[in-house]
Amino acid sequence: MAETKPRRISYRAVLPFRYSAGRAASRFFAELRDNKRILATRCPKCTKAYVPPRPVCGECFEPLKEWIEVGPEGTLVGYTVVHFPFLDPLTGRERPVPYGYGFIVLDGAATKIQHFIEETDITKLRAGMRVKPVFREKRQGNFGDIESFRVVG
Amino acid sequence: MEKQFQDIIVESKLDIPYSYYAGPIASRFYDALEKERKILGIRCGSCNRVYMPPRATCGTCFHEMEDWVELKDEGEVVNFTIVHYEEPIHPVKAPFAYALIRLDGADTAFIHLLGEVDLGRIRIGMRVKAVFSDKNPGNILDIDHFRPV
Amino acid sequence: MERKVAIVGVGQTHHKARREDVNMMEMVHEAVLRCLEDAEITIDQVDAVLIGNMEHFEGVNLSDMWAVDFSGALGRFGMKITTGGSTGTTLSIASYYHVASGLFDTVLCIGWQKQSEGDTTAGLVSATDPIWERASFAGAFGTFAAAATQFMKEYGVSEEHAAKIAVKNRQNGRRNPYAHLQLDISVEDVLKSRVLAYPIRMLDMCPASEGACAMLFASEEKAKKITGRPAWVAAAETRHDSPFIGDVPMFMDLRTLRAASSAAYKKAGITNPLKELDVIELYEPVSWAEIAFLDALWLTEKGKIRDLIDKGVTNMDGELPVNPSGGVLCTNPIGATAMLRVAEAAIQIRGKGGARQIPNVRTALATGYGGNWWSDVMILKDRL
Repeated sequence: MAETKPRRISYRAVLPFRYSAGRAASRFFAELRDNKRILATRCPKCTKAYVPPRPVCGECFEPLKEWIEVGPEGTLVGYTVVHFPFLDPLTGRERPVPYGYGFIVLDGAATKIQHFIEETDITKLRAGMRVKPVFREKRQGNFGDIESFRVVG
Repeated sequence: MEKQFQDIIVESKLDIPYSYYAGPIASRFYDALEKERKILGIRCGSCNRVYMPPRATCGTCFHEMEDWVELKDEGEVVNFTIVHYEEPIHPVKAPFAYALIRLDGADTAFIHLLGEVDLGRIRIGMRVKAVFSDKNPGNILDIDHFRPV
Repeated sequence: MERKVAIVGVGQTHHKARREDVNMMEMVHEAVLRCLEDAEITIDQVDAVLIGNMEHFEGVNLSDMWAVDFSGALGRFGMKITTGGSTGTTLSIASYYHVASGLFDTVLCIGWQKQSEGDTTAGLVSATDPIWERASFAGAFGTFAAAATQFMKEYGVSEEHAAKIAVKNRQNGRRNPYAHLQLDISVEDVLKSRVLAYPIRMLDMCPASEGACAMLFASEEKAKKITGRPAWVAAAETRHDSPFIGDVPMFMDLRTLRAASSAAYKKAGITNPLKELDVIELYEPVSWAEIAFLDALWLTEKGKIRDLIDKGVTNMDGELPVNPSGGVLCTNPIGATAMLRVAEAAIQIRGKGGARQIPNVRTALATGYGGNWWSDVMILKDRL
């Protein structure tokens, strides 16, 4: 019997999803879309203000009912510029590079959010810089209503 | 009074290309299907069961299998169903028939499509024969369907 | 009260970027046969089979079902456990629980991944929160890169420090015949390699590998019958952290590892880990992480781990070698990666390390890491 060449069985999976954002996210996204305001939920016990907002404080296991406004500006805590392209499964295509990406502590919040950074020159970025959100003109009620964060000052 | 916020739905998808190494057993099976129009089973040297589809290990005996068996391209319908609804993943348009088919020489049955058949006249035990595809997609649909004999 | 449990057999495949010659389940079977051979038993002597991988990488759900014939699980008790990057250590710890409980005498655990068959980053994306984080997620290295810039600022760690770790582990890997990457590289090579996402360079990053690892856990009675050199489980701890990537105050200050290792030391009766540990197999997804995560193991004053590293303490010939196997930086089939840390620790205790064997290993520590910022710790000893 002749040597069998290794075969590959190929299959492209396109799996659609429809996620219920839930009560906390629905309120957050509505405020983002309609008023360009960023909200957080604050724990009555430890006083931490969480973004993304959520129904329970993980550390205290207390229900979170108090909503406060945070930001919109914040501090860049960790950052990078990504040069390596990879397949973005949300589009099925490679996300174009380079793009900035980082973690931001919004004024008043205890947690960081991750998002795109407008600046793509790594020499122009530093931890500790002040940043502000760039909102899209047409907002739909999801986290992408903030397009990216821009360095200010 | 607390304002009612409309429930938001986040639409998303995962669009990912998969490409699986078939391994030596499946590669040999698909080569035979494509190039020789033969359907191969594999026999366990310990319990003598002939498996179709073939695989490297007999689970019952935990024994490696190497004895290839050429199966007839004919067999019988062990069980079947008629699908009446539409799904993007379906290989053909509804209504259509799936069947568990045991080829002559094999001890296990496998799933495939029945074609060229009156859906109302399919019976368990019916004899069917493989019809090969001229498209050769490189998977089990290298056999296009099974038709009654 | 719990029983004494030991690892009595280890098997792994020769890890590669692409195993064209086998499909997923044939690869799993290879590791199982090697483990049975190492333990010198047959599959009939196994009471239960625990298996896991990170399913979205291959897009095959119910992967335990598809593996049944090949994992030895047919007709046997078993389950699938999948916890992302920590899958391998979760499987190891669960195997330990199964035997320690007194309900099973021998448990086979298998971790595996056939990574080139799907898309790695796309697979990782499926683990991100779809409502908040998925759209802007920048992959594993994007997260670690942003964490590294915070780390550089807070801890005074430079790109050169990270490069030295990358070199150490790749050179160690050259002594491990199973390691995927066998690279003879220098610090200069690392610093010249392509920037993926600042400050992480190509040679700072772990590979994507295809491979499987299998281990046999046994009760004291069975262990003593099976082998003269069991690796006894002295401690097993797991700690989880918050769901969103940005919830922890300081990424690289891995508080779950601090908590898990502290609890593990207490359980194992270790009061001076720097002196009492003989080898560490640490889960380091990028070179930077080895520096940060070692700092969380209470070897020295917080924030001062660089002093030990600079002195050569963690080198192959140092006082406390870290990753003699080459670590994750050499081999990363995700479902198996964390298990390989425990397996390599067991190999060291059992004296089966060949060219990578550290002399006189009596106590070994293995860590597992998963997203977001989760930690597992296991401590193995040559006697309890």
